[in-house]
Formats: sequence, C-alpha cells, structure tokens
Amino acid sequence: MSIGLLVIVIVLIAAAGFLAGRARARRASEGDTRALHSLVGFHGQAVFLFTAVPALLLIAVWLLVQPAVIAERVTGLLASERSEGALNLALGDVHRVAAGLDRLVAQGDLSEAAVAGLSVEGTDLRRTLGTAGVAVAGRVRGEVLTAAREYRRLTHLSARAMTIAAIALALAGLGFSLARITVEFRARNVSERFVLMLFIGSSLIAVMTTFGIVASLLVESIHFFSLYPARDFFFNLTWNPQFGGGSSLGIWPLLWGTLYISFVALLFAVPVGLLSAVYLSEYATRRMRAFVKPAIEVLAGIPTIVYGLFALVTVGPFLRDFFAQPMGLGTSSSSVMTAGLVMGIMLIPFVSSLSDDIINAVPQSLRDGSYGLGATQSETVKQVILPAALPGIVGAILLAASRAIGETMIVVMGAGAAARMSVNPFEAMTTITVKIVSQLTGDTEFASPETLVAFALGMALFVFTLMLNIVALYVVRRYREQYE
Amino acid sequence: MNDMSRTETGVNLTDIKIAARKVQVHYGANHAIKDVDVDINDRMVTAFIGPSGCGKSTFLRCLNRMNDTIPVCRVEGEIRLDGDDIYDRRVDPVQLRAKVGMVFQKPNPFPKSIYDNVAYGPRIHGLTRSRAELDEVVETSLRRAALWGEVKDRLAAPGTGLSGGQQQRLCIARAVATSPEVLLMDEPCSALDPIATAQVEELIDELRSRFAVVIVTHSMQQAARVSQNTAFFHLGNLVEFGETSQVFTNPKDPRTESYITGRIG
Repeated sequence: MSIGLLVIVIVLIAAAGFLAGRARARRASEGDTRALHSLVGFHGQAVFLFTAVPALLLIAVWLLVQPAVIAERVTGLLASERSEGALNLALGDVHRVAAGLDRLVAQGDLSEAAVAGLSVEGTDLRRTLGTAGVAVAGRVRGEVLTAAREYRRLTHLSARAMTIAAIALALAGLGFSLARITVEFRARNVSERFVLMLFIGSSLIAVMTTFGIVASLLVESIHFFSLYPARDFFFNLTWNPQFGGGSSLGIWPLLWGTLYISFVALLFAVPVGLLSAVYLSEYATRRMRAFVKPAIEVLAGIPTIVYGLFALVTVGPFLRDFFAQPMGLGTSSSSVMTAGLVMGIMLIPFVSSLSDDIINAVPQSLRDGSYGLGATQSETVKQVILPAALPGIVGAILLAASRAIGETMIVVMGAGAAARMSVNPFEAMTTITVKIVSQLTGDTEFASPETLVAFALGMALFVFTLMLNIVALYVVRRYREQYE
Repeated sequence: MNDMSRTETGVNLTDIKIAARKVQVHYGANHAIKDVDVDINDRMVTAFIGPSGCGKSTFLRCLNRMNDTIPVCRVEGEIRLDGDDIYDRRVDPVQLRAKVGMVFQKPNPFPKSIYDNVAYGPRIHGLTRSRAELDEVVETSLRRAALWGEVKDRLAAPGTGLSGGQQQRLCIARAVATSPEVLLMDEPCSALDPIATAQVEELIDELRSRFAVVIVTHSMQQAARVSQNTAFFHLGNLVEFGETSQVFTNPKDPRTESYITGRIG
C-alpha cells in the first residue's frame, strides 16, 4: 500500500471514529446530552485525535528511520568495498538497480521469480535496466545485484510491516478511546491538551529547523577550518581563491564590501523612508495617502533581479558618466555606490511602510496633548511622535539592515564580483553572499577549502545578523524601559 | 436661551475672560452646537454639565480651537478672549493654545521624563532663557499641580511610569508651565479613582486663584464642589447658565431640574 493511500485510510478510520465517538457519547448520556461532562463533539474529537495522530506519527518516524536501518543491513553485503567513497558509490548503484528492478516489475517486463533468478552472467543487466530508463555506470557486479535484491526485499518487507503496524495502532487507538467514553469522561480537557501538544510540536519544528541550519553550517565550517587555518580566514586581508590550491581566503574584503554597500543603502533608504512615513502619516490627506502608500509598496514587490537590471543598465552607467569619471574616481559602472543606491531604493518601502504603521499607532491623545500646549505640527512630530515611535522605527531600520546584508542579486549586477578593500565608493566590490554563490557553483571538488569556505562565510553572516538582532532587541528594550 | 444676559444670571461680579456669542458647530451634516452664549469669568471655575453627547466637550474644544485639527468640523459665531475674536483670520491657533491650556480626559503624558514633560511647553515657546530658569518653572508648575513632593527625587524618571492620578496632575503641571490665562479641563477625573479625584479637585480650587478654569464633567457632585458657575448643555443647546448654587438648588428650566435629579441623562 502506498503511503498516500495509507494516510487516507488512517484518516478515514479516524473520521469513522469521530462519528462513532459522538454516537457513543450521545448513547451514554441516555438522551440528555447536558449530563455529559463534555459536548459530544469533543468526545468525537478525542477519538479522532487518538486514532489518527499516533498512527501518523508512527509512519513519520518509520520513514525517517527506515533508510538508515536498511542501508546498515545492505552495507554488510558490500564487504569488498574498503573506502568510504567507494562504498557510497556502490550504495548508489544498489539504489539505482533496485529502483530499476522495481520499475521493470511494475511494467510487467519481469516477474518477481525472474528477478530472483537474475544473475550477472546470464543477462545483460545493464541493457535491461536501460530499457526501464535507469542508467547504471559500467557492468553490474554480482555483489551489487545481491545487495539490490536484499534492498528490495527489506524495503518491501518494511513497507508491509509499516502498513500493518500503522493500521493496527490506529485501530488500537480507536478501541481505547471509544472504550473510555462515559458520562464523566473529560473529553474536552483531554482533546484540548492533545491539541496543545500539537501546537507545541509545531512551534518546535521551527525551532528545530533553526538548530538544524546552524548545525549543518557548523559541521561544514569545522570541516573547512580543519583544511584551512582559522587565523588566515579571520585575519588575512586578501581574498584570492585558486582552483589548484594555495588560495588566500580572508573574510575581510568580503565583510568590508557587505558593510560598505549596506551602509550606503541604509544611508539612502532610512532618511527617505522615514521622511515619507512622516509625510504619509501626519501630513498627507486621505486621498493622497490612498494613492501614495500602495505606490511605495509596489517597490517591495519588484524582484531583486529586476533591481539588479536597473542597477546594471541605468544607475551604473549614469553614476560612472556623471560622477565617477568627471571626479576621476573610477571608470567602472559596477560600484559600491550603484549597488548601494539601488538597494536603498529597494529598502524604502520596508522603512517607510513599517514606520508609517508605527507612527499611526502613536495614540491620538499624545498629539492632542501637544497641540493643546500650543505646539505646531512639526514640533509635535519631532518631539513627541518620533520619540514615542522610536523603538518601532529602530526595529524597522534593523529589518532593512538585515535585508541589505543578505541581498545578493543587486550586488552581483551592481557592484561586481571583485573582492577589494577600498574606501572609494565608485570602485567595484563584492559581498559575502555573492561569494557564497560563486564558491558553491564552481567546478572545484566539494571537499576542497575553496568550496567549503562558503559554509564558513554563511556561518559568519549568520552570526553577524544574529548579533545585529541582539543589539536591536537590547536597544529597543532599554528604550522601552525608559519611556513606558 | 439667547436672551439670557449676564445681569439676569448674576455672574458679572468679576472680569469676563471669554465671551462666546451665537456659537454654532457642525460636524459635517451634524449640527452639534446650536446658538450657545457663555461668559467665562476670570479667576473662577466654570463647569459644563450635561448628558453624554450633549456637546459640552465640543464646545470646550472651540475655546482653544482644538476643533481645527478635525477636518470636517466647522465653527461659526463669535468667541472673544479678552475682547479679541479668536477665530479671526489673524489669530494663530498655536499662539492661542499657549494662552488657553488644556487637560484631557485620559492622562496623556509624553513618553519623556517627568522634567521634560513639564518643560515641553516652556521650551517650544521659548519662555525661559537659562537652564536655571527652566528648572524654576518646572518646580513651580509641579508645586502648583501638588506633585512636587512626590516626584522631586525622580524628575528624570519617565512620566508614563506614574500612577493614573499622578499622571493627570503631571498633565496639569504641563499645562500650567506655559502660564496660560485659561485652563480647559475635559473630564479630568473620569479616569481616576476617588482619592486621586479629590486631589485634582483640590488642585482646581487652587488654580482658580491664577486662571480662569473651565471644566467639563459628568459628575454633578463634582460640578457642585468645584465650580462657581455652571452651564447645562442638552442636545447641543445651552439650557441654563448661572451661578452653581442657583443652578443646582433653584434651576429655572425644567430640563435642568430633571437632569440634576436624575430623570434625564
């Protein structure tokens, strides 16, 4: 039975359980449902949850554990493979051969008995598998064929066992939860606690994912630092990856580029965004606001690659021809300034839209209080509204900052890919994110420091934005303590 | 009601600070205030009473042109402060509001320190020349609002951290600090407990020695306790205006009597 079908069967059993539970509760109440502790619906719900959830969890756990267990068993058959790499290749072959055999059986080209009778010498297994659309490199060895047969046997056995176990568990849950329905049974409390567990579980998934991401970054970073000295990574001032080895992989030029471009972007986006937020929330008439606010928010919906095109085709050449060349600061159309300005435009809606909401949330009573003392509108904005909204505005700016630090496409097209440390904003530079992409998409071997450095860079970026968030939380909390 | 002159009501004992004549207020199509004539005496407390929605707060907000901040609101008629029409084209509402201070229903301290809250008005109007002078203004204002003793050791603490009653007295101190000539209070005690209410009422009685005070209140006992003159509003009309003792003990209009005795409201 396929897994989709199995899930449907279990849900159907549970749905039947819901109806049965409701009916049983109604019968237990002898016609007066008010005598029950819980509404009949809760009795049904309790039965449904106790039937479906344990069985579905069992399936999930089974599917997670099964591949590891089977691989363990099959590996024993591939005794001749000594090195880890060769073993992995052989396991890959086993998977492909097994999948090919499955497909042949499903197409009716081969019977199960014929599969059992297959031998490496008798038939050209490679061609047979090829007809099923499965490509195997080289001749299939006897060992691999045996392993593939064992693999198929175990997989089928496991699938059958899982189906039986899951349905048995569902039925057991159904029987157990139906049996305990009485007038006094607290079905509402039970099912609510059960649902609470589901909520906790769901929130844990998000948390665990974060840990998973950190762990995978960490493992590969440690791998990188075992191949490349950490001292050089953190203190070397040049970035010069060589595909033949002997690279300089210092993070500083990339970190500098990231910070410089983000700084230029924020320098542009924060004043423009904040001032337009003040205009929108304090000065604009309702009709103007209804038109301008969505218009600004359109900027947030433009894909970053389109901004990148804008940087490449319009802003870059413009800055080069009218600023960089006349001032003798450079001849490149890719520059920190280009990427920073375009990224700043992208960030305007983040700053303005959030700040606008925050300024609107400042209570009208504060405005009245200020006007009542004879303050003008601008005095009110400067001295009452902006200070009151500051924690939220800081939050908006930091959100924009983390967007800027993580931005990739605009930098590739606007600032180029040259890792350089310079204060001239009209020179091409690059950022951590761009280099992560270019190192991972290169042709080098995965286990080389030139590729693995991407994980160390990712880790550095993660730690950096984490620190930014912590600082932001600290600032906001301190400010709140002072003023609320 | 328009023929009710000051001699009839017997409240011409002191100077008239604000004189309102035939005031009409429209909120869009809604005629909220109809033909109201009121005289506010200097150094006296005038109470505006009446059921909810009768227009007493709206009328109060006309006296310092706070209604200007509401786009659909239109004010007609004549309101004179010391003989000058405050709705004259040449009058800047910002300057007017420095002279006619306001305290609101809900305490609304700014998210700033206690000191900065009180210093807000003097700072924006440039009333003081030195820090020492500002310190003095802050201290006198807090003393006048009967708050100095409670906050003198924590002037740098946030104003929003005070209790409700303290916050309202802080708002009064803030209004007093700009040395207004008239102080408008829009139900200043409605968000306070009885003890804080008693403190604020005592304060209003003291403030009367320096300014004209106008208070909107829902509590008739409060109006009777703190005011010298009372105006009773009903459905946008000024029903009765006179000395508090006379309005409460011997109302001329049957509607006033009904309201005071609790039959309408």
